Amino acid sequence: MIGPLTSVDHALADPGMSGALVIPHAVVIAAAVVFGIVAVALAWPVPVALSRATWPMRAPVMALLLWQVIGLAGGLSMIGALALAGYAALPQHPWLAPIPAALFTVYLLTHLAITVVQVTRLRHRHLALLEMLTSPHPTRARTRVLDDAVPVAYCLPRGARSVTVLSQGLLDRLDADELVAVIAHERAHVEQRHDLLLLAFRAWRSALPWFPIAARAEVEVAALVEMLADDHARREVHDEVLARAILQVGASGVPGADQPVSGSMRVSDRFRRLAG
Amino acid sequence: MSTLGELERAVMDALWDADGSLSAYDVQHTLEADGRTLAATTLLTVLSRLEKKGFVASDRSSRPHRYTAVASRADHVAELMHSVLGDAGDRTAVLERFVGGVSAEDAAVLRRLLGGAG
Repeated sequence: MIGPLTSVDHALADPGMSGALVIPHAVVIAAAVVFGIVAVALAWPVPVALSRATWPMRAPVMALLLWQVIGLAGGLSMIGALALAGYAALPQHPWLAPIPAALFTVYLLTHLAITVVQVTRLRHRHLALLEMLTSPHPTRARTRVLDDAVPVAYCLPRGARSVTVLSQGLLDRLDADELVAVIAHERAHVEQRHDLLLLAFRAWRSALPWFPIAARAEVEVAALVEMLADDHARREVHDEVLARAILQVGASGVPGADQPVSGSMRVSDRFRRLAG
Repeated sequence: MSTLGELERAVMDALWDADGSLSAYDVQHTLEADGRTLAATTLLTVLSRLEKKGFVASDRSSRPHRYTAVASRADHVAELMHSVLGDAGDRTAVLERFVGGVSAEDAAVLRRLLGGAG
């Protein structure tokens, strides 16, 4: 017990070791460069490679996890690179050096807050319209029926008060099993809180619109989340039933139905994995 | 059976069916004709809630106050359907659809699966 104590005393007594922890300037510069390289890698080549990979359709959970890691680590490494660059550029001004990093952090958090407020407001308005225009489903809780011929099913995520909406056109077209598939799919979105993931990546995109990868990440995450919800449905119905339901709703050709989603390989992967 | 949401819908239906504006008294009569008896205070609460939500406008210069629907039922349905089917950017953040459009190639992939099974 005495040995380490004396050596600490000795270290403190040594004038060269006293005072604040001083990191050599060259180390700060090197660390700033390393963080910068990591930030650039996570902003461009890494997500591009992931969005071109074919394995995510077989392991969507892992891919979603990776996208979250890329987003989070990318943001933190950008902040870290800015902070270190600040200290490298202004070693004599410890109060000024962290300002760029702090500003960037505030910028990201502001975009997150704006996105949350916008989405919450749109959901609020949508819910008011639903209450006015739809009727509660006779047997299913938290489910409302929209009297419209276009076959649509969706959920409005609001935590424990989430609402699932089924149109009359959908109820008319689908048989009982297909309806089970649709409802299981929507319930997975609600239970697994996919809305939080989509919100985070939407905020990421609105904060960094000049990074093409932020848009790509949002599309990828949206497609992967659909695969997770499909997997939930596939535990309750056969793949053929889910495929039939998708065709009935998505390829119905009813006027007013959405334009085909194009441009993303991952969206097509959702269908290919059912057939494969 | 009469939750606030249902009352609001019943009151909106009365205003949508009416030509022009209605007084609270007219609304009460319309609801009574549908077999729904409502206290005047409840009705005024519902009307002010609907006004706050932007579905109803009131003319408070006249006595009694007169209420009108801000937009037709069809307009609100169009707004709702637009937020479900329309602009992809806002939609994906607000609500999660079962499936959007399925392209011809994707539909062929799915039909092949079904053909193989049948």
